[in-house]
Amino acid sequence: MTTAPAGAPQRRDISPGPADRPAPPGRRPMTASRRANRAGLAFVSPTFIVVLVVVILPILWTVLLAFQNAKLVDIQGMGLFGNWSLDNFAQVFDSAGFWSSLTTTLVYTAGATLGSVVLGLVAALALRKPFRGRGLLRAAMLLPYVAPVVAVAFVWEVALSPQYGVVNDWGRRLFGWDDPVAFLSTREYEVHLLGLHFDIPLALLTVIAFECWRYFPFAFLFILARLQAVPDGLEEAALVDGATITQRFRHILLPQLMPVIALLCVLRFILTFNKFDDVYLLTGGGAGTDVAAVRVYDFLTARYDVGAAAAQALVLAVSLMILLGLYFKFFGNKVQEES
Amino acid sequence: MTRKAALTRARFEDRLFAVLRWFVIAFLAVITVVPFYYMLLLSLKPIDALLLDPGSLWVSAKDFTLSTYRDVLRSTDDGGQGFLKFLLNSALVALGTVALTLLAAVPGAYAVSRLKFFGHRQVNALFLAVYMFPATLLAVPLFVVFAKLGLSSSLVGLAIVYVAQTVPVSIYMLRNYLVTIPYSIEEAAAIDGASRLQTVRKVILPLALPSLMATGLYIFMIAWNEFLFALLFLAAEPDKWTVPLGLAQLSNGIEVSKTVLMAGSVVLTIPVVLLFFAAERLLTEGLTSGADKS
Repeated sequence: MTTAPAGAPQRRDISPGPADRPAPPGRRPMTASRRANRAGLAFVSPTFIVVLVVVILPILWTVLLAFQNAKLVDIQGMGLFGNWSLDNFAQVFDSAGFWSSLTTTLVYTAGATLGSVVLGLVAALALRKPFRGRGLLRAAMLLPYVAPVVAVAFVWEVALSPQYGVVNDWGRRLFGWDDPVAFLSTREYEVHLLGLHFDIPLALLTVIAFECWRYFPFAFLFILARLQAVPDGLEEAALVDGATITQRFRHILLPQLMPVIALLCVLRFILTFNKFDDVYLLTGGGAGTDVAAVRVYDFLTARYDVGAAAAQALVLAVSLMILLGLYFKFFGNKVQEES
Repeated sequence: MTRKAALTRARFEDRLFAVLRWFVIAFLAVITVVPFYYMLLLSLKPIDALLLDPGSLWVSAKDFTLSTYRDVLRSTDDGGQGFLKFLLNSALVALGTVALTLLAAVPGAYAVSRLKFFGHRQVNALFLAVYMFPATLLAVPLFVVFAKLGLSSSLVGLAIVYVAQTVPVSIYMLRNYLVTIPYSIEEAAAIDGASRLQTVRKVILPLALPSLMATGLYIFMIAWNEFLFALLFLAAEPDKWTVPLGLAQLSNGIEVSKTVLMAGSVVLTIPVVLLFFAAERLLTEGLTSGADKS
């Protein structure tokens, strides 16, 4: 896999040494490879059992539950099968705001993915050449990513608060804002720009900004590692040929970085699409930020409607798979060619 | 003529980006450091000082207080918020997760990197695929099963879920390190008559120690920061709350003052940040001391 930092030494297929080599016909090498097989299976089994019990079986059960009429109270007496119905899906698709929630999820995911990767790229380019305090800044830049999401979301909440937030106070002082802006609870904010009036989904944009801020270090780390593995000779040759900085970036660096950027986009897209914590903590899913993951939680805890929650989660997972399928169908070959 | 124009363009861009670069660096420094500075700052002043002047970026000597920390840490019986208890819960869950995950991941990673067993090619991809599944897809059935088993309000149940969430990535991380350990070392041990298990315990583990520590710290950070499953399983039992859950639950209400909760955020953030910086150094030190000097 290409996810390892490029600096890390890698050997893909470890040659299994003489003891385990599939040997010429004979007695003892055969037993050695069988021993290796048995030891291997034994060594993986704890992991396999945990993953099977806590991940794979639950996912399969989610699929079953989605097609059953199941509330938390009557699930005790219920067998694994039975009560089949498609009501859950009807409920999910018909419920108010399903399609808008899907759109919100898409906008949120795309915005956060692009924003964090672009910011990470800019950061990696800026920190590429050494300067005084680079190590310190690089370490500090990882803070948003490693700090607990609950703590940083709370800081944002307080800082953006209309009553006691630092942002609104400075906004009033520096930019002369008339009214405090409720960043996290304003669905539509009217903006006047050059005589034009239009509404922007403020809460959604704030949540996207939070995601970009929190995950750009992730992109930064990967891109910087790749950037430092680009051979100097390439750029020097372009420099000799008189290429300017933007030309060198466009024609030398960007093609080199493209595979890792594509990988980061896919990875971040998947992870953001399923993200629950950040939106739930910042807005609780209100003010036009009701992403699908928060809806699953609402079905589950507010109504104890296990079937509907399972159906919603399944719809979420399937839409993600469709999107990824489309991506790989249209761009998969290109990415492979470039890497 | 054209050559001169190209030169000026190059020079113009050089200058522009030299300036822009420092602008970007300053911007990055501000957006990453200021929120954490703000967190620390607010945790050191009483709520009145915050309400009086929300825009102030320092704390005056007159306002400076540590009572927020006393408030947040003290148990609820003494009128505090009981974060000491939450810290204990979080530490138990996180350390338990680290121990259990490493116990499963070390043999797993060894097998994946060294042994040819049935399905050894697929196993890594399978585990990583698991990591890509949405947590919400797991949330529903786990919520139900744990409610049924009575595990839903126990820290053990939470740790088990965290193990499943972290073990695939741990195997992946450890494997990436194990493949760099020369096979010749193991052969030497085998010639000396060590069994497979002895080799893993006495030869591989000491060599992989830096990677083990780094992986352990990574697992710890995930378990320490996790919120969704803690919320699903433990929300009803304030005694069992972990720090993230406690902070999130209390910040929803209005009873607890924001500066006290800010002290809670600092308490929640500091262990992770300290461990992270410790791990960074440890990892680089570990990687530079090679085992096979030949």
